[in-house]
Amino acid sequence: MWSWVGHRITGVVIFIFLLVHVLDTSLVRVSPEAYTAVIGAYKNPIMGLGEAGLVAAIVFHAFNGLRIIAIDFWKKGPKYQRQLLWGVLALWAVTMIPFLIRHLTIVFSNFFGGH
Amino acid sequence: MSTESIAAPRSNSAQSPKYKRSKGNNSSFEMAAWLFMRLSGVVLIVLIFGHLFVNLMLGDGIHAVDFGFVAGKWASPFWQIWDLVMLWLAILHGTNGVRTIINDYAERSGTRMTLKTVLYVASGVIVVLGTLVIFTFDPCPPGAVIDLPSFCPVP
Ligand code: HEM
Ligand code: HEM
Repeated sequence: MWSWVGHRITGVVIFIFLLVHVLDTSLVRVSPEAYTAVIGAYKNPIMGLGEAGLVAAIVFHAFNGLRIIAIDFWKKGPKYQRQLLWGVLALWAVTMIPFLIRHLTIVFSNFFGGH
Repeated sequence: MSTESIAAPRSNSAQSPKYKRSKGNNSSFEMAAWLFMRLSGVVLIVLIFGHLFVNLMLGDGIHAVDFGFVAGKWASPFWQIWDLVMLWLAILHGTNGVRTIINDYAERSGTRMTLKTVLYVASGVIVVLGTLVIFTFDPCPPGAVIDLPSFCPVP
């Protein structure tokens, strides 16, 4: 039940991000200056945390999506749906930890250290 | 007055609410949509994880992203097709998902219609815009000076 709420909310969040993301990418058709200026905003630490949140949402939605597919198509899926949810959470953690280490290092070292 | 007092066949409304459906019940469309959500989901995992890995993890991560970075990627048809398929699948998958959510929560049919119209217009505009951007992209726009990819002729 909660996994379903989580799946819904992350789905909507990703969708809204995607609409904005295509708009910001479309600035490459305006000028290199416009694109680089807007993308520059993605590089400060606050946005860096926002990106981490977005990736956390996608990774959950993706793995839980695979769980939904397993429940629908795998004969024993419904029986093990609870264990599968633990699997989703475990995979989520295993993906997020290295991601966060790498991403936050990039975001913070460039911000404080500069080039 | 009961339905019995009117001889069959009767119209599909008032007296026989059971058949008060607009047209068809769209069940084969819903089946296709259900299947599409699962198939597109599997493909999107690969496309989006790949996208995030290349843009956030490799090289200098998010700090490497600028105009030249995009130009470098879109110089190759591989990344053009990658982004094109990702754009279409993600928008269709997301639009269909949000459509389901609207159907679930918006109870008045007027509200449902309005929300869905807004949704379809927004998705349509974004999908067309995103597609045009990929295919009309100019890596060396005249007059531009900063962040150009290395393969542009020096002005
Ligand atoms: C914070 C994380 C993200 C960053 C830094 C990022 C960055 C970029 C960049 C630099 C481009 C230009 C072309 C390219 O590199 O292939 C792009 C395009 C694109 N991205 Fe992302 N992206 C992110 C997350 C996402 C997510 C989560 C999705 C899917 C839901 C997505 C979908 C797309 C699509 C569809 C395009 C093509 C846009 C077009 O057709 O104009 N991106 N992104
Ligand atoms: C990364 C790979 C993804 C996978 C494996 C995946 C999988 C799924 C699955 C299996 C469903 C359930 C459909 C149903 O219940 O009939 C779903 C729903 C949904 N997805 Fe995704 N998805 C992915 C990416 C995305 C993206 C990029 C977006 C946004 C653009 C998105 C937005 C949604 C929404 C809004 C729903 C509806 C939720 C609901 O009805 O409760 N998903 N997804």
